[in-house]
Amino acid sequence: MKIVIVGCGRVGASTAELWDAAGHEVIVLDIVTRAFERLPSTFGGNAIRGDGTDEDVLRRAGAEGADVLVALTEGDNRNVMSAQLAVEQLRIPRVIAKINDPVRAAAYSELGIATLCRTGLMVDAMNAHLGVAPSGLPSILAATGHHPSGPHADHGGTPQGNPEETAAPRAAVEA
Amino acid sequence: MFVLVVGGGKVGYYLAKELIDSGHEVALMEKDSTRARQITDEIGSIVIPHDGCEGKYLAEAGCNRADVVAAVTGDDEDNLVICQMAKHHFDVPRTIARVNNPKNESLFRHLGVDELVSPTRMILGSIEQDIPVHELLHLAALGEGELEIIEAHLQAGSPAIGRTPEQLDMPDGCALFAVVRGGIATPLRPDSVLREGDKVIAIGKQECEALLHGQLIGDPEAVAAG
Repeated sequence: MKIVIVGCGRVGASTAELWDAAGHEVIVLDIVTRAFERLPSTFGGNAIRGDGTDEDVLRRAGAEGADVLVALTEGDNRNVMSAQLAVEQLRIPRVIAKINDPVRAAAYSELGIATLCRTGLMVDAMNAHLGVAPSGLPSILAATGHHPSGPHADHGGTPQGNPEETAAPRAAVEA
Repeated sequence: MFVLVVGGGKVGYYLAKELIDSGHEVALMEKDSTRARQITDEIGSIVIPHDGCEGKYLAEAGCNRADVVAAVTGDDEDNLVICQMAKHHFDVPRTIARVNNPKNESLFRHLGVDELVSPTRMILGSIEQDIPVHELLHLAALGEGELEIIEAHLQAGSPAIGRTPEQLDMPDGCALFAVVRGGIATPLRPDSVLREGDKVIAIGKQECEALLHGQLIGDPEAVAAG
């Protein structure tokens, strides 16, 4: 698979390393060159300095034709924008965005973006460890509903799609 | 009307001030607490000193009863998220976003932002109107923004000179509808012969631009050389 990773932090660099080693074609972007120091010297993918919320930059980095894009920067909104550019403009079929604000994470999964919410993931990991009941916060959310013009969009329909149609086939995270 | 303004920079500040003067109810969200205090001192306690991108704070600011949400921060990604949250999560009837990168305009429109204001595009438009260039001039965007009114100034080297609109190969969804000659505008008939110095007004989709450019402006390098 061809995979684009936006944000080369700990998670971004670790996944880039793993997926590269597994034989995938990996492109990793970060606005800070130093972030790439987290990648091992054996990394065989492309590490490109640039803003993953800029369509031109994504295209120049070779994101066109990618199978997957994951947005893992420290900014929720940057991740949201990058993910939506990937769906709308680059037509990348599977997109995951890290969104730490639980309200936004839930809202964007309803808008057709698969989301990861660190807040919910960590709270519930601790709850599970301590035997406390789950928080109910969003953690890993498959894309429910459809993006306004995603691959499964119902053109001319309501922007949020049919609320009863859950688990869109391109849901990128099936935990 | 209740207007929720997000972003307390210069634009947000003056916008809130003008809206209050016109008698509207206004709430302004500014995440920088120093800046928020400063604005409070100047125009009163309408400021919510929190991040307008966070769902929780948008709810506290009364986003669900806002008639209009104006996202005017300096960051496109923030303005997009604010408008989408307002629209899809709080059912706000009208959202307005400031867009800095003109390339983002189509994405924003597509994703349900009702109105866009692009300072970059506006300044670019002003500059283009003053400087003679061998380019197409964008006069206005129509409706959903997919259509544009475009002016082409026919200068020496334009392949359209001496030809009629019938003889030109117009892209689909694009029409030439008027010509300005010597300061007088007349409707363009299919058999009107175009002359050097004419300003041709066209309406069409943004995607047609490249083809339109080829038909009306031609190759600028060749013009310069000739």
